[in-house]
Amino acid sequence: MTALKRQLIPAITLMLALILLLGILYPLLITGIGQLAFPGNSNGQQVHLDGKLIGSKLIGQQFTDLVYKHGKVEMSDGEPVTTPDPRYFQTRPSGTVPADNAAATTFANLGPNDLATKQAIQANIKSYLQQNAKYDPGLTAAKVPVDAADTSASGIDPDISQANAWIQAHRVAAVRGLPVATVMALISKYTGGRGLGFSGEPTVNVLELNLALNRITKGTQ
Amino acid sequence: MTFYGWATIFGFVILLTLLALPFGRYMAVVYSGGRTWLDPVLGPVERLLYRIMRVDAGEGQNWKQYAKSLILFSLVGWLLLYFILRTQTLWDFTGLNPLHYHSMPWNVTFNTTSSFLTNTNWQYYGGETTLSYFSQMAGLTVQNFASAAVGICVAIALIRGIVGRSGKSLGNFWSDVIRTCLYILLPFSILIALVLIFQGSIQNFTTYLHVSGLTSGGAQTIAMGPVASQEAIKMLGTNGGGFFNVNSAHPFENPTGFTNLFEMLVVLVIPAGLVFCYGRICERPRQGYAIYATMMLMFLGAVIVCYVAEAHGSPAQHAAGLHTGVIHGSSGGNLEGKEQRFGIAGSALFDVVTTVTSCGAVNSAIESFTGIGGAVPFANLSASEVIFGGVGTGLYSILLYVLLAVFLGGLMVGRTPEYLGKKIEAREIKLVVLGLLLTPLAALFSTALAIAGRAGRASISAVGSGPQGFSETLYAYLSQANNNGSAFADYTGFIQPNAGNLGSHGVTFADLVGGFTMLFARYGPILFALAIAGSLAGKRISPPGLGTMRTDNATFVVLLIGVIVLVGALTFFPALLLGPIVQGLTGHLYS
Repeated sequence: MTALKRQLIPAITLMLALILLLGILYPLLITGIGQLAFPGNSNGQQVHLDGKLIGSKLIGQQFTDLVYKHGKVEMSDGEPVTTPDPRYFQTRPSGTVPADNAAATTFANLGPNDLATKQAIQANIKSYLQQNAKYDPGLTAAKVPVDAADTSASGIDPDISQANAWIQAHRVAAVRGLPVATVMALISKYTGGRGLGFSGEPTVNVLELNLALNRITKGTQ
Repeated sequence: MTFYGWATIFGFVILLTLLALPFGRYMAVVYSGGRTWLDPVLGPVERLLYRIMRVDAGEGQNWKQYAKSLILFSLVGWLLLYFILRTQTLWDFTGLNPLHYHSMPWNVTFNTTSSFLTNTNWQYYGGETTLSYFSQMAGLTVQNFASAAVGICVAIALIRGIVGRSGKSLGNFWSDVIRTCLYILLPFSILIALVLIFQGSIQNFTTYLHVSGLTSGGAQTIAMGPVASQEAIKMLGTNGGGFFNVNSAHPFENPTGFTNLFEMLVVLVIPAGLVFCYGRICERPRQGYAIYATMMLMFLGAVIVCYVAEAHGSPAQHAAGLHTGVIHGSSGGNLEGKEQRFGIAGSALFDVVTTVTSCGAVNSAIESFTGIGGAVPFANLSASEVIFGGVGTGLYSILLYVLLAVFLGGLMVGRTPEYLGKKIEAREIKLVVLGLLLTPLAALFSTALAIAGRAGRASISAVGSGPQGFSETLYAYLSQANNNGSAFADYTGFIQPNAGNLGSHGVTFADLVGGFTMLFARYGPILFALAIAGSLAGKRISPPGLGTMRTDNATFVVLLIGVIVLVGALTFFPALLLGPIVQGLTGHLYS
């Protein structure tokens, strides 16, 4: 028993010391340095517009409008019904409830051999074509980029592929009355490269792109 | 497949090797008690800890004493973590529970506690809807460090047993665990956390943000928290328990293509570095290189298969009429459940990196991988985490395989097997085989239990139809038995109707079977590894003779790979046939 007690004292004291050192002091130290050196990043790259907090550059959001019925917001299953706003570039399909829910992220977990997966992808293709085919007549199901039809992992992917952006550019340009070339130029301006030049894929940040669009068309609409 | 995809994979391999060599050298210095450049800062802290713990760091322990200290340390850690998680609202006074979340139910807490203690970090809960910042920091972050340190200690003790020239001492557990935390895990975690924040990870204690969005339908709430500090040790300690539910797919945990590469390097730097560290401590660097070559060959095989399969696309995509080839401006492939910034290669590589190690972090939905792509993490888990493996666990597990290979080689040439001059006898081989079989035994036994009864099948999701349901279950217990923690995430042990745990309940069967599987498959092999270390420590070293089988050349690497594949395949092949292999061979869609 005394031998056990002799081992228990270090076990308990060490565990408590580690909680203090690694569980309290270490996160406090990182928070201190982070808030001093990179306050923007530490707080989630918040975007303010006209005094309102409208989002985070790193978190995908919905660019949709609420649907009104008899003067009230239409609801379905407790969530408001929305429709994509054609003036804006749209983010990837999201598996969270509601879409782009950054307070409860989840994978869609659609299996590779599931009928449900096929149906979900078909629905995404259909909605993508409905939004864009009118403005980009050559667009067919086979030309829809995978990122526009496949659900993202986080459900809040802030980026789309270049191919996806180039297709949506036709719609956005037409609806906003802008030359397609202007929108294309904005896309390349907001395209992020690969890590160290080789890791990952190029990304187009949807929120940044939409904000930039609003800046040029402000006043014309 | 694209040029950049392959560049990601091979660029990663080169960077890893360049980083692991000096890291291994540094670790060898730390564990031989040498001076490091951190001594002026950390030396006083280390000595203060010894004083308040009343231990003599120089006092050697035999394997039984070492094991006893390890078990007691883990037991105290288990009780404290369970207490912190079950009393979540008690700590509201710290201001670190901004949304006033309640505790998880007892069964989910049992599973979570066992999971973080064993370096598994299997998660039935979603971080941002379940835990307070205090629980994440004082509870989970601490065990991220401690469980990693325990794994490394066992590897170091086994190395000391193998090279020990006299006596029975394996070193001092308390000294090893403190030096691991102070000189390896803490300083590098600080560095990593700062790099992550620089790239865009968050680190704050504010409440969740309510944002109005750019359009009327864009309003959302964004979860916040001290993410970077936990993310750093989650990767460095091959823990893998995400701050958020979607783990490293979350832009706050893994914001860019660069952080994706960086996090993968961080995961493997200790497991790979330890192999070189081993070569240095036993003063035969070639032994380390041979083990490294073995691991790297198997690793590359896994990555290549996974990348090719994912780049090809899935049957569901093709049935829906989606074109999955590379086009200008898009990588194509099975992007279902993957993030745009990582792409196919960055997701496939991350998946292999975190399933060969016991990390289990995910940056994409493994459930949505193609049949063959998803079979790769299965195969990695079936190899019992010896391809780099978890911090420490990887090295001590592969050393058991090395001893087994030496024994088989010895049988073939008809000599008493020897390893580094020490005779391998019946006692050691019995312990090796038992140590190696515990994990598969735990995995298959609990899978069978879960498939056989209604209680186990309750955890299978609605999506998990056909072979997918079996895959989910097998993966769940394989992952928990290997202390990995990655998941076919639809397998559930926690029903949570609302964020904050009001009205939530656990699935007792899945929680308890999973929890016990993790504990059994963690501490069982640890005890066997320490027993082998103790048994080898006392042996005389005989000089190598003409007939001594070499363990540092290509022949031995081939033999070792053969043994690992043979044991893994014989154990798991029948089970794998029923799940992922069926899915890979069929174009049929299940409803």
